[in-house]
Amino acid sequence: MGYKADTFDVIVVGAGHAGVEAALASARMGAKTLCLTLNLDTVAYMPCNPSVGGPAKGIVVREVDALGGEMARNIDKTHIQMRMLNTGKGPAVRALRAQADKYLYQHEMKKTMENTENLTLRQGMVERLIIEDGECRGVITKTGAEYAAKAVVLTTGTYLRGKIIIGELAYESGPNNMAPSINLSYHLQELGFDMVRFKTGTPPRVNSKTIDYSKTEIQPGDDVPRAFSYETTEFITDQLPCWLTYTGEETHQLINGNLHRSPMYSGMIEGTGPRYCPSIEDKIVRFNDKPRHQIFLEPEGRNTEEVYVQGLSTSLPEDVQKRILATIPGLEKAELMRAGYAIEYDAIVPTQLWPSLETKRVNGLFTAGQLNGTSGYEEAAGQGLMAGINAALKVQDKEPLVLDRSEAYIGVLIDDLITKGTNEPYRLLTSRAEYRLLLRHDNADLRLTKKGHEIGLIPQDRYERFEEKKALIAQEIDRLEHVSIKPSEIVQQVLAESQSTPLKEPMSAANLLKRPEITYPVIHKLVPAETALPETVMEQVEIQVKYAGYIDKQLAQVEKMRKMENKKLPVDLDYMAINGLATEAKQKLHEVRPLSVGQASRVSGVNPADISILLIYLEQGKLAKIAR
Amino acid sequence: MEFDTITAISTPMGEGAIAIVRLSGPDAVSIADKVYSGTKRLSEVDTHTIHYGKLIDPKLDQAVEEVMISVMRAPRTFTREDVVEINCHGGLVSVNRVLQLILQQGARLAEPGEFTKRAFLNGRIDLSQAEAVMDLIRAKTDRAMNVALNQMEGRLSSLVMRLRQTLLETIAHVEVNIDYPEYDAEEMTHALLNNNLLTVKKEVESILQTASQGKILREGLSTAIIGRPNVGKSSLMNALVHENKAIVTDIAGTTRDVIEEYVNVRGVPLRLVDTAGIRETEDIVEKIGVEKSRKVLKEADLILLVINGNEVLSHEDENLFRAAEGLDKIVIINKTDLEMKVDMDRVKKLAENSPVIATSLVKEEGIDELEQAIANLFFAGGIEAQDLTYVSNSRHIALLQQTIHHIDEALGGIEADLPIDMVQIDITRAWEILGEIVGDTVSESLIDQLFSQFCLGK
Ligand SMILES: Cc1cc2nc3c(=O)[nH]c(=O)nc-3n(C[C@H](O)[C@H](O)[C@H](O)COP(=O)(O)OP(=O)(O)OC[C@H]3O[C@@H](n4cnc5c(N)ncnc54)[C@H](O)[C@@H]3O)c2cc1C
Ligand SMILES: Nc1nc2c(ncn2[C@@H]2O[C@H](COP(=O)(O)OP(=O)(O)OP(=O)(O)O)[C@@H](O)[C@H]2O)c(=O)[nH]1
Ligand SMILES: [Mg+2]
Repeated sequence: MGYKADTFDVIVVGAGHAGVEAALASARMGAKTLCLTLNLDTVAYMPCNPSVGGPAKGIVVREVDALGGEMARNIDKTHIQMRMLNTGKGPAVRALRAQADKYLYQHEMKKTMENTENLTLRQGMVERLIIEDGECRGVITKTGAEYAAKAVVLTTGTYLRGKIIIGELAYESGPNNMAPSINLSYHLQELGFDMVRFKTGTPPRVNSKTIDYSKTEIQPGDDVPRAFSYETTEFITDQLPCWLTYTGEETHQLINGNLHRSPMYSGMIEGTGPRYCPSIEDKIVRFNDKPRHQIFLEPEGRNTEEVYVQGLSTSLPEDVQKRILATIPGLEKAELMRAGYAIEYDAIVPTQLWPSLETKRVNGLFTAGQLNGTSGYEEAAGQGLMAGINAALKVQDKEPLVLDRSEAYIGVLIDDLITKGTNEPYRLLTSRAEYRLLLRHDNADLRLTKKGHEIGLIPQDRYERFEEKKALIAQEIDRLEHVSIKPSEIVQQVLAESQSTPLKEPMSAANLLKRPEITYPVIHKLVPAETALPETVMEQVEIQVKYAGYIDKQLAQVEKMRKMENKKLPVDLDYMAINGLATEAKQKLHEVRPLSVGQASRVSGVNPADISILLIYLEQGKLAKIAR
Repeated sequence: MEFDTITAISTPMGEGAIAIVRLSGPDAVSIADKVYSGTKRLSEVDTHTIHYGKLIDPKLDQAVEEVMISVMRAPRTFTREDVVEINCHGGLVSVNRVLQLILQQGARLAEPGEFTKRAFLNGRIDLSQAEAVMDLIRAKTDRAMNVALNQMEGRLSSLVMRLRQTLLETIAHVEVNIDYPEYDAEEMTHALLNNNLLTVKKEVESILQTASQGKILREGLSTAIIGRPNVGKSSLMNALVHENKAIVTDIAGTTRDVIEEYVNVRGVPLRLVDTAGIRETEDIVEKIGVEKSRKVLKEADLILLVINGNEVLSHEDENLFRAAEGLDKIVIINKTDLEMKVDMDRVKKLAENSPVIATSLVKEEGIDELEQAIANLFFAGGIEAQDLTYVSNSRHIALLQQTIHHIDEALGGIEADLPIDMVQIDITRAWEILGEIVGDTVSESLIDQLFSQFCLGK
């Protein structure tokens, strides 16, 4: 019943947060691209919390933007509120978070895709891949269409052998009762891929009209207009608030009394859930001394009454969910619109991927997003973008684009996945980045725009604006380093106003700016720049000058890391034949097949002595001899 | 290839009167220059020359050692890098002081076999030696790891692990504020952080204190040489040290003070103590009694009991045997060049199962056998060391000092009111360094801590 359908350069399977970025990037880079998805009504669907960004994740969104991806622009157009988090802390950990209108978000993304040249968006369920001589050459859908392509990107999220569990009830399903993807999962196993079973969950949604907000605390957005994209110029001013309430003693008693009905404790769930997203029943069992837990009420959009009950993720039976809601201040009368549930799904073991996200097993096949064992929209978008870029580069016969751990959170994410693997759904945290002072929210453009431009995702005009900004920053820093501030009466007065100690002798403006209490505007008052500088330039100057000491320290570490990263290892190295490597190291290295000594050193189970031995072989050109 | 600058004590611990602290790497000369004071700066001297001078501790601004320094510039050196060798007094305390001083100037403590490795990587050693070098690295690391394991049960490690846990909880607390800004965890304030850090710093300092008192620093099996006056104790010490350190005379009671010496006997580090057992004609046992001297002897890991073979066993000899009963010991029958008057059967009986070695120290006979007996005892596990932390001690001290350095940086950051996430960079570093002592630097444990300490999620 199969038939030959169209031919493409790149096929992206899935239109979730990974899929849309992959498809847009590939098409924008000039590859003729097909995006196949189960349901065209759920492009860029948010199955869980209606929000984008936050610590680490928000920085990923900025990185996606700097590389020419879509997530930032899309959320800028469709959010209902935005907040800058961690403003009281250092610049490295500041992060934006937006509450999304999840419906608008989907519509806007779909519109963008439909209007993108080279991109075909189509509904269809992929069940098999076409493999010829170990190369992926296309896909076959349930309806029998055979699409040919030079590269395929799989981004099937939580759909593979998906199973929803609510209390005693369990049934095969994708998220939110959408169709699961069964055959594709078996097909991947047939091809020899190692798969793991993971689990995640989502809280119930309630009707806004039935919430008594007077018993909750309001959580408004920031007054200052904010945006994720460096290109956004129009800001949404009409924001909707979120609300904060708490669970209480009664909630906890009720849950404790119903634990036997929780699939988590009855053993019905086999998948591994993430520790950072425990269900409410988990939290109460593990932290039974905590008298209350926060519950955030988040509107799901402007044109809906549905409210997401953040903090109440659960797989308890529906009737218990209803009773739990009734114990929470403000939600006593809340009407349950959708029940929370847990979902189990198959993911592929990510150590089976190269840093380009191409699979080691099948050439031309890339995977991204939750399928790779991660969790979260931003993590998905970052990987999707990289997989799309690398699929297109492959079609163009070019070297892949790989970001290292000092260049982007996306680099940290992918390196962690492919080098260390993960035994629970992987979420980005700022603490996973060893160079987080370099991976800031404010400098994502400085880090990545050039790369985005080189691969053709950042248009010339945007690139020129960026270069201009960069030049202004450099000039201003240079000026501050050379202009001297003398201890005049006016200067001492301004310093006193800023609670700063008076000057004893002249000091460069840059050095003065290093004082914690001195901000750029103070410097500007003392030694004004000739022309007014844009806000973003002033911000950069202040951060780069003020934290130069710490930044330099991290740069020195990066330098060391790079040296190891530049020592390449042949991919077909026979580790088993290297004398002196510990047995565990041999096995792990054989499995991961690192591309550099640096990567090898991050493989768990490989110790410094093993690295010394690799280095020695490498230096002696011996590696070539024992390559398979 | 380009590397950082490494340093290590390159003479065996306790062997010889002169010890060498070697540096290799691009900054070898400039690092040495920071603490060297002589007629010329080392950066200005010719290559392959040796210079007399003093080492200055910049913190105290005072001279701490007299040294001879040789400067050898790349590439005609062992490692093909710039090499500096600091020759200083061989005593353990002074070598360590020099090493610490160099480490404080920014050199890194070399891994086992690292000089050789560099020589190799820089093409100084030829290819056929590659395997040998790797075996060396492997063997040395494994041994270091064994020691690390032994220490796992030790006091130092449990202390270090506790400090790490305190730091880890502190870091996790900072992290939770960063990654979950809206979570209702108590905010980690500068004041709170300051307190935690001061506590840790104080403890690290007190560990270091014990180190400089020589407790941790004790780099060998403490070995007591006992015997009646004039039996040849000092001669024995000199024989093992291969040098005349203790005064040897035919006047009984020559040695008046306890003389300590570090020696390395076939790979076994010993801290020899030549007891001043004697005042006039009384021996130690008679003076303080068998029970009390037993207590003293018990503190030693090994006893070398010397008997004069030229005399019959005396009451004092018998007392010594009684005091050393059940302890690890080797009995030495000295002066075998003279007529043997001692009752050997009796000695063997008194010696229990301990080895009995016959020597003539003046004729240098039997020393080999004695050394072998010491090595056998040690490697067969015959000696239960009181403190087995010796192998990596100077490494530990260096690491503990670095820990303090980073805690100080962090405290400075707090003082300067820097954002907490910047301050945390140094705290994390301190935590990692402490991890090197107990052989655990896995960063995953932070994430584990985060999720076990705080209840996070949607
Ligand atoms: C119940 C639930 C709770 C979650 N909770 C959290 C959370 O607490 N925190 C968090 O960070 N993240 C959470 N997530 C995860 C987050 O939703 C995902 O990480 C993110 O959406 C993954 O994006 P993706 O593009 O990889 O996959 P998805 O967004 O799942 O997209 C998959 C796409 O693939 C398509 N597809 C699947 N199979 C096929 C096929 N065979 N052929 C064609 N198309 C196919 C689907 O139609 C869909 O468009 C949750 C997800 C669910 C379902
Ligand atoms: N003939 C002979 N004389 C020895 C031998 N060993 C040591 N002597 C001599 O014995 C005398 C005492 O030697 P020391 O080593 O000073 O003995 P000691 O036990 O340290 O003596 P005190 O410190 O005085 O208790 C010296 O004159 C040595 O030369 C030996 O093997 N044979
Ligand atoms: Mg003596």
